[in-house]
Amino acid sequence: MRLVWTVGLVSAGLSSKVLANQWNMPVGVTDVSREIHSLHMIIFWICVAIGVVVFGALFYSLFRYRRSRGARASNFHEHTTLEIVWTVVPLLILVAMAIPATATLKKMYDTSEADLDVMITGQQWRWRYSYLGEEVAFTSNLATPRSQVEGKSAKSENYLLEVDEPLVLPVGQKVRLLMTSDDVIHSWWVPDLAVKQDAVPGFVNENWVRINEPGIYRGQCAELCGKDHAFMPVVVKAVEPPEFESWLAQRKEAAAQAALGVDREWALEELMTRGEQVYATICASCHMPDGQGSPPAFPALAGNQTMLDDADYHIETVINGVSGSAMPAFRSTLNAVELAAVITYERNAWGNDTGEAIQPARIAELIDSP
Amino acid sequence: MDRQFLEGRRRGVRRTVARTLVALVLMGCFAIALVPLYDVFCEVTGLNGKTASRAQALSAQSADQTRLVTMQFITRSSSGLPWALTTETRQLRLHPGQSAEVSFTFHNLGNRPYVARAVPSVSPSEASVHLRKLACFCFENQRLAAGERFEAPLVFQLTRDLPEDVKTVTLVYTLYEQQVSLSRHSAMQRPGGET
Amino acid sequence: MASHLPTGSSASQQQSGAAEMTSDTHHSGPTGLMRWLLTTNHKEIGTLYLLFSLAMFFIGGLFAMVVRAELFQPGLQLVQPEFFNQMTTMHGLIMVFGAVMPAFVGLANWMVPLQIGAPDMALPRLNNFSFWLLPVAFTMLLATLVMPGGAPNFGWTFYAPLSTTYAPPSTTFFIFSLHLAGISSILGAINIIATILNLRAPGMRMMDMPLFVWTWLITAFLLIAVMPVLAGVITMMLLDIHFGTSFFNAAGGGDPVLFQHLFWFFGHPEVYIMILPAFGIVSVIIPTFARKRLFGYASMVYATASIAILSFLVWAHHMFVVGLPLTAELFFMYSTMLISVPTGVKVFNWITTLFRGSLTFEPPMLFALAFVVLFTIGGFSGLMLAISPADFQYHDTYFVVAHFHYVLVPGAVFAIMAAVYYWLPKWTGHYPHLRLSQWHFWLSVVGVNLTFFPMHFAGLAGMPRRIPDYSLQFADFNMITSIGGFLFGLSQLLFVLVVVLCVRGGRKAPAQAWEGAEDLEWTVPSPAPLHTFETPPDFTPYRH
Repeated sequence: MRLVWTVGLVSAGLSSKVLANQWNMPVGVTDVSREIHSLHMIIFWICVAIGVVVFGALFYSLFRYRRSRGARASNFHEHTTLEIVWTVVPLLILVAMAIPATATLKKMYDTSEADLDVMITGQQWRWRYSYLGEEVAFTSNLATPRSQVEGKSAKSENYLLEVDEPLVLPVGQKVRLLMTSDDVIHSWWVPDLAVKQDAVPGFVNENWVRINEPGIYRGQCAELCGKDHAFMPVVVKAVEPPEFESWLAQRKEAAAQAALGVDREWALEELMTRGEQVYATICASCHMPDGQGSPPAFPALAGNQTMLDDADYHIETVINGVSGSAMPAFRSTLNAVELAAVITYERNAWGNDTGEAIQPARIAELIDSP
Repeated sequence: MDRQFLEGRRRGVRRTVARTLVALVLMGCFAIALVPLYDVFCEVTGLNGKTASRAQALSAQSADQTRLVTMQFITRSSSGLPWALTTETRQLRLHPGQSAEVSFTFHNLGNRPYVARAVPSVSPSEASVHLRKLACFCFENQRLAAGERFEAPLVFQLTRDLPEDVKTVTLVYTLYEQQVSLSRHSAMQRPGGET
Repeated sequence: MASHLPTGSSASQQQSGAAEMTSDTHHSGPTGLMRWLLTTNHKEIGTLYLLFSLAMFFIGGLFAMVVRAELFQPGLQLVQPEFFNQMTTMHGLIMVFGAVMPAFVGLANWMVPLQIGAPDMALPRLNNFSFWLLPVAFTMLLATLVMPGGAPNFGWTFYAPLSTTYAPPSTTFFIFSLHLAGISSILGAINIIATILNLRAPGMRMMDMPLFVWTWLITAFLLIAVMPVLAGVITMMLLDIHFGTSFFNAAGGGDPVLFQHLFWFFGHPEVYIMILPAFGIVSVIIPTFARKRLFGYASMVYATASIAILSFLVWAHHMFVVGLPLTAELFFMYSTMLISVPTGVKVFNWITTLFRGSLTFEPPMLFALAFVVLFTIGGFSGLMLAISPADFQYHDTYFVVAHFHYVLVPGAVFAIMAAVYYWLPKWTGHYPHLRLSQWHFWLSVVGVNLTFFPMHFAGLAGMPRRIPDYSLQFADFNMITSIGGFLFGLSQLLFVLVVVLCVRGGRKAPAQAWEGAEDLEWTVPSPAPLHTFETPPDFTPYRH
């Protein structure tokens, strides 16, 4: 009786858990993700069925033929027909599995005309999205504050799955996703979209998605890419096409506004405030919030004499990166104002106090392509 | 114990060891050979979107007027290299079999000379064997003095046997700095036309 | 042979019967440490391998405990991500190259000569050398933990360019230690092949050999075939890091994906290197305790060989999302699915061996049965992973982690434990303590499932592998997994206790320690004297 109670309680507990948390692959919001999910379930149930038969036979033998129950061993050890049967039957089952799998795979490799092309670039440890032909590009960084990771503040609902700028995509349109990387191999994955594709440095991969329902879909980098592999989430915001168009227009407007700010003279305080924000989202994960870095991979910035003595060297390193190291080129990731602000911040924070304000105009000269 | 028996065993062991060592050496050679084999395999099948590394002749064929393919160009540069690679033509539509020319501009924004190379990659990878390049700056290293600017053309063709379902071909160039001694390469010829 | 019978074996002796033999037989070689350093005896070298593997199992296990402790709850509590990555990497490397592989080589050293009636391995001095390479290799690998920049942190699969351009300076030592471990494996494989092909008792044909010998022969061929590829790929890494080549660097015309092709061309056969001897062990233990001949001996041999051959044709199923063309995806999906056929044949054969047998459940049998059940579960998830479209969702998640731990822990590791329990009476002359062994078994089974089963759910729900911190929806699974992991880790201390007690004493075992055991090793006394089968035994093929 107690056993019945325990089993009952445990299963009740489990089933409520089943409802509360996700236990299975998401069905997702694209035709492909639905198909993959049903394929997954078909294969799963076939495995369960085979398992019931195999384990049934096994446990039957274990209980039935125990010596303690007086079982005497018989002497058969070969049966050609039987052996052929259990080679052929699994083969047939495999063929039955391979047919839907092949069909789904062919759909996933569809290269028909897309409505929108987005280039996704992985970078230690953020994603950069550019809408091809639209002049809109931005980086998407983890938005969860460090204090939550360190347990100094309560964890939010979307802990580690929130970004400052999500990738916005229109629903119902075919979006072609091109993937590459600036440094190591990353993998862009959103379970609800059933898109997982490696971003390989120097090479370009493609995948595509047509989202059926508006919503916010979260995923993560799936390929070990170094220290902060766990901290480069992917967030996709799917919106209706008109909303997408107006968002796109807004982004272009904002970029134009930012360009205007380049030519004016910026005050030190202004640059410091802006620079602090940029530093916190972009630089702090390696060079640490206090500028101490973690040598030898990530040098300290606080009290870094080479950097403080030579502003040009400092600017050049931030703009162009250091080849063969984890220091990327921020030339195309940040705009002139952000670059000037963060360099100014680094030259004045944590007791560096050079008092220098690096003007955006000076940076613009160095990054502007013809 | 039987001496002959032991001697027979000893000989057998020697023979087995010799054969195993031969197999080992062969596998070692095979492992090394896998690298060029992979390159050949990629070139033939277009695996991984690699394109030919030498200039190819345009195949003389008339344009397939029945379909249009979108050709996209994306330029990127890697860390450590203060260069900009740009093109006016981000995208163009052409018929398979038709040849086209696109101009790219290299600009060294740094204050010293650099040597770099643009590494191409094509997506979808099935298309890469159908992309024939008559002239490309990607076959050779480029050397630019501080502040120098240089324009180079890409002359290419998508062959008519490009698979029907390929509608868009993206060609990505990533600029990588080349660690070569500058003096040796300073005399290097500018690529651009036929090589 | 009679002269080597133990003369009143004293139970307190460390190496029991074997140790005292040296002193009163014809060799009176060096004693103490030098004796172990210079030994060319297959049993002593086997013991060294097994002890080394046990030590590595605990070191690798300790790293796993660090990983599980950090993952106990969301947030970073104990270690920083850099160190976490070093722990996962070292755990994988140590367990694969330091624990599982040497354990199988140790078992082969001990048991292959005994099972085929050979006096020793074919190349005894080489045998000594291949063992002593291992402590050197792994001392070096472990030393990277205290080097500036830390130990390797790029996962046991060390994908370029994370392991080349972006790797810590200690990577050079990692490459060197892997080279040494690889040479050790190759030399061990040559020795095993030479022994099996040439030193069988007169009258023993290939198809009379116990399956443990057969599976090891095939495994040794796999090692010869793929270890040079591993050596090649790590040499290319070394050249990329220090000599400016660009095998895997796109900047110089190389290709990071080439690394993965080369690595998995080695890596997939490597996976079977870790499981084929386990198949052999289980195929030897199940008939013993079912008191019935192994069903389908010949098909077992053919199945093993086909698995080995197929293992060269499936490597890219580890790379389904790397951007392969459709035809490649299809080819590798079909070939991978095909592997389940010979594997299925093995499982069916084991079950049919049990059918109408006369079963008893001594500790080796318990572990062998748990192997059959849990390995099959790992096989099912393997089949699911083979379905390429679905793998786009499974790839690099905890579902994969669950899968390969199911085939490696209750798979390979349980088989090794089954083998140890099975042959301990032969090695020490005593039966292992029954109660403690049963406790060890049940705690291990519960621990293993508690650890690895919830990983399936975490993976399906979207948790990527190799992350030190995760979002809140995975918290419950991870807590259960961590608790299971600690339980499994702690219960392995019981295993050590059982082994130590068994070496020191216990119920005396006769030459044929298990009623249903019929292979040649059970014709020599327990404990096996240092020298056995100096005159080849009379072998009459009656079993197969």
